[in-house]
Amino acid sequence: MTLCNVLLVDDETAFVETMAKRLAKRNLQVSAAYNGNEALQKLEKDQTTEVVILDVKMPGMDGIETLKEIKKRHPLVEVIMLTGHATVESAIEGMKWGAHDYLMKPCEMEILMTKVDEAAAKKRRHEDRITEARIKEISSKRGY
Amino acid sequence: MKNNRLLQNPFYKSLMRNMFLTVILVSITPMILVIILLLSRFQTSYEEKVEAHLKELVLKHKQNIDGFLKERMNNIRYLSKVLNIEQLSDEQFLDERLAILQSEFGPVFVDMGIVNDKGKQVAYAGPFKLGEADYHEAEWFKKANTYPNFVSDVFLGLRGLPHFIVSAKKDFKGGEYILRATIDFVAFNNLVENIRIGETGFAFIVNHAGEFQTKPRAASVPNRAILDELLLEGKKIPEKVKVSRKEDSSGRDHIYVTASLKNDDWMLIYQQDTADAFSIVRKAFQIALLIFTIGSLGIVIMSYLISHRTVKRIARADQEKEMMNQQVIETGKLASIGELAAGIAHEINNPVAIMVEEAGWIQDLLEEEEFKKSENLDELNRALKQIGNQGRRCKEITHKLLSFARKTDSRTQEVDINQLIREIIGISEQRAKYSKIVFQSDLYSGLPNVRASQTEIQQIFLNIINNAIDAMEKSGGSITISTRQSTDTVMIEFADTGPGIPMANLGRIFDPFFTTKPVGKGTGLGLSICYGIVKKLGGDIQVKSVVGFGTTFQILLPAITTQNETMNINNG
Repeated sequence: MTLCNVLLVDDETAFVETMAKRLAKRNLQVSAAYNGNEALQKLEKDQTTEVVILDVKMPGMDGIETLKEIKKRHPLVEVIMLTGHATVESAIEGMKWGAHDYLMKPCEMEILMTKVDEAAAKKRRHEDRITEARIKEISSKRGY
Repeated sequence: MKNNRLLQNPFYKSLMRNMFLTVILVSITPMILVIILLLSRFQTSYEEKVEAHLKELVLKHKQNIDGFLKERMNNIRYLSKVLNIEQLSDEQFLDERLAILQSEFGPVFVDMGIVNDKGKQVAYAGPFKLGEADYHEAEWFKKANTYPNFVSDVFLGLRGLPHFIVSAKKDFKGGEYILRATIDFVAFNNLVENIRIGETGFAFIVNHAGEFQTKPRAASVPNRAILDELLLEGKKIPEKVKVSRKEDSSGRDHIYVTASLKNDDWMLIYQQDTADAFSIVRKAFQIALLIFTIGSLGIVIMSYLISHRTVKRIARADQEKEMMNQQVIETGKLASIGELAAGIAHEINNPVAIMVEEAGWIQDLLEEEEFKKSENLDELNRALKQIGNQGRRCKEITHKLLSFARKTDSRTQEVDINQLIREIIGISEQRAKYSKIVFQSDLYSGLPNVRASQTEIQQIFLNIINNAIDAMEKSGGSITISTRQSTDTVMIEFADTGPGIPMANLGRIFDPFFTTKPVGKGTGLGLSICYGIVKKLGGDIQVKSVVGFGTTFQILLPAITTQNETMNINNG
């Protein structure tokens, strides 16, 4: 049984592949994307994705833009920013745009796992509350 | 001294020369033009005025003299008309007439006489014993016999004194007689002698043959040639008063004013040295020359001073600009090095991240059962751990590089000095290690922040530390960095144990371009930029140094204290 559904986005193929394998080994269902557009497409196809691990510095559509798009289209999906040192500011900016957290590369696997768990839990909590709200709404309609 | 050396530069020299010459040219040229114009105008009009004045004068005298002669003539003619020959022949009666004339006109008439047509004097009245004198050979008698009225030239005559004769001829019953009177030469001479202007102006009368009729001032008698010329010119238009200028044999220029007298028989000539006549013009020339000389001198001195001062200022401005350019280049260099470092650090970071990730993956795989039995498992784990550790070390290095390079902006913000010092020690330690230099820090933990640009503060600290490292490169030693707070200033002290700065250089280390490093190693700008930054922040930088013991730089920066902040808010 998988802990949660993760989408890994980075332009460094080698990094993505290894990271995907390591995350899969830790019982996550991992899919990979190598740029912002691909990530958006994958999210569109696979609605079960709960957490996106997003590199800030990418050619083309960069991490912040991708983040904005993701949050616009899939508000419930949680995003963890991954960054080199030069882009700490943009990671912080990312937090402003609704990212769950940020981590610096290279990062400890344990920390990353904790963050992913937190993010997934947060997303589920949000979903539950939305469901609850819906149920309330529906039941109140019925009751009426 | 420095500026003077700068002015030796050929560019500034020629700039100064051009400015100097231009100023002189544009100032003196109009002055010369104005002076020449005014002088020539003045000269012309003044000469015209003088000539007109002289003409007037001569004309007046000509009329005067003509009038005098005519009057004398009329006196005689009157006598000859109203008196008969018996009366005239009576010497006693003649004496009475003479006495009347003399009492009427002064001692103008010297004597009187009546001469018959044979030239024999019939009667005589006067101081000379000239009765019965025979004039038939005399020049004047011949002429007087021809004209009814006659005025003779001046001659010595029988009495041996210069005089001239006025005569009237009358046909009495019993023959023609001539009544003649002698005019006193002195009295007549006075008429002309009185014409005196300036120092050399005088008048005289000559007859048509050029003989003097009055006594001219002996010193400056015109020579014969000039007289002839004047007479010739005078004959052309006799009724006019003429002005001419002639140079005499000694080369002196004279002005001559001529007028004819006595029906063109005589000529009144006025002579004056041109220089004397136009002495005012000459004086004006002299004054103009004096003004011109003083003015030119003033212009030359002023234009020299102005051009010198201006070029000096330009040279100084150029020098300052040059210095500023150097600073700009320096900061630009720093910024671009920072960018380069950031780029490299980032690029290295990614491969390192992948390597660490791969090592992590291997570690994950080693967890699998199949590897558990491997005898080298421990060794493998150790190696992977080492890879992880070294990866983290790389990360730290790039982290420092990046965080340093990222701050190449001059925005002011609150700067934590202690944190900055730690970062800089981290950066510099590597370099210092090779020179056996140890960093020691004594940082005051409650240090308030400072409002400044992080980059600039970094630049100052790095500069001082780099200088210290350079100084101790061979000997090794220690750099002690300490921070303190005193009321509202933050004090940062960098003390090294280097060779120290000689007393002679201590006063100049903040001067731009002062360096003791070999050519090409130092720009001499580092500390001067530091000085500028510290001063800009309202702080102070001081240096103490003892040769052989070390150097201490002390930087004072205004601290941000809560009190300050409140004050700022209140002020705002």
